[in-house]
Amino acid sequence: MPHDHHDHPHALLPPDPALRVKALETILTEKGLIDPAALEEIIDTYQNKIGPQNGARVVARAWSDPAFKAALLADADPVLAELGYYGRQGEHMVVVENTAQRHNMVVCTLCSCYPWPLLGIPPGWYKSDAYRARAVREPRKVLAEFGVALPDETAVRVWDSTAEVRYLVLPMRPEGSGGLGEEELAALVTRDSMIGTGLAKAPGEAAA
Amino acid sequence: MTRVHDMGGRFGDGPVLPEAEDAPVFAEDWHARALAVTLACGALGQWNIDTSRHAREKLPPKDYARFSYYEKWIAALADLLVEKGVLTRADLQGKGAAGLHKLAERALKAETVAGVLAKGGPADRAGGPAPRFSPGQAVRARIPGGNALVDGGHTRLPQYATGARGYILRLHGTHVFPDSSAHGLGEAPEPLYAVRFFARALWAHPEHPDDEVVLDLWQSYLEPL
Repeated sequence: MPHDHHDHPHALLPPDPALRVKALETILTEKGLIDPAALEEIIDTYQNKIGPQNGARVVARAWSDPAFKAALLADADPVLAELGYYGRQGEHMVVVENTAQRHNMVVCTLCSCYPWPLLGIPPGWYKSDAYRARAVREPRKVLAEFGVALPDETAVRVWDSTAEVRYLVLPMRPEGSGGLGEEELAALVTRDSMIGTGLAKAPGEAAA
Repeated sequence: MTRVHDMGGRFGDGPVLPEAEDAPVFAEDWHARALAVTLACGALGQWNIDTSRHAREKLPPKDYARFSYYEKWIAALADLLVEKGVLTRADLQGKGAAGLHKLAERALKAETVAGVLAKGGPADRAGGPAPRFSPGQAVRARIPGGNALVDGGHTRLPQYATGARGYILRLHGTHVFPDSSAHGLGEAPEPLYAVRFFARALWAHPEHPDDEVVLDLWQSYLEPL
């Protein structure tokens, strides 16, 4: 393999991961290659501004507005761009709808691709070897570990994000949510329900 | 053959351990730093997403297996910075030349972060070969897998799907081809398809006869059936 090296440069940095990052950050800052203020801005963005609340608003709107839902399922990108949810790791979005006949679930077996503009940075389990290895082969066992049991008439469709296309699951609207407005509906939408490892909460659960 | 990152379908990993929905976005402060440093270095424009994925994949297997997620990021970043000539080995040891780098003017600034993240990096391209396949058509994922251009190179065809029969679900358009793009061989855009495979075509003991796995596969990964 021509591009491989036995003595990888990363081994020259301190072995402790926190120190390794710090050392690299210091070197790059001294050379003017990174700006500490830009790092703070990136961290603030993904810690405080972009997260699953974005996706939850989209789902709540889709549950409330049939025309919006139809447009979202047909071609998500322009719809999401109009809402301001376009960007890095969400350039090519496809929204897939759960029904009584089909449950959708998303994984990236090769790395940890994830729709950042709608869900933020993925949780630890999504990036774990166990999830990446098992979600495609035994999704129902994995779902059971999340406390989700599907009826036998529901087929599972697992989406393995092998390209730049990112998937968002549109969970089924929970029973008893008929009179709720978009904001109340958004409170029922969990991050896991938009990955497909969970279901939307019932109205009573949200208050708990 | 495969690299350690190509783990779809692997046995022996134990349970998935769900986290609370309100768990911190970054479990450790250095995770946030690792992400931010990596994104900021990406803005220097010395590599693309395929190159950076390949840099993580070609970490020594023993490192890939023992490193946590962000350790992989930071190790691959250090390797990439040296491989692309941005830093030297002496720099990593704190013995490099002092002073501003020639790429310093390209450094990402705080005020441009929001714009850069919002702009993203779309992978669709005009042109490329015409689509060979249409929705509903039966295809086979190429066997053997692996990069057809570079020995041991990057590919986004997971090993578990190679040789399996699937059905074209949709055409996503024409996208940059990672097997070429990761190695500086050009973007070589190709039609990209979502292809559905019955779980029973992939695994010896599927959980349910109707379950499916969908993969996004480039045209040259597919053969007609």
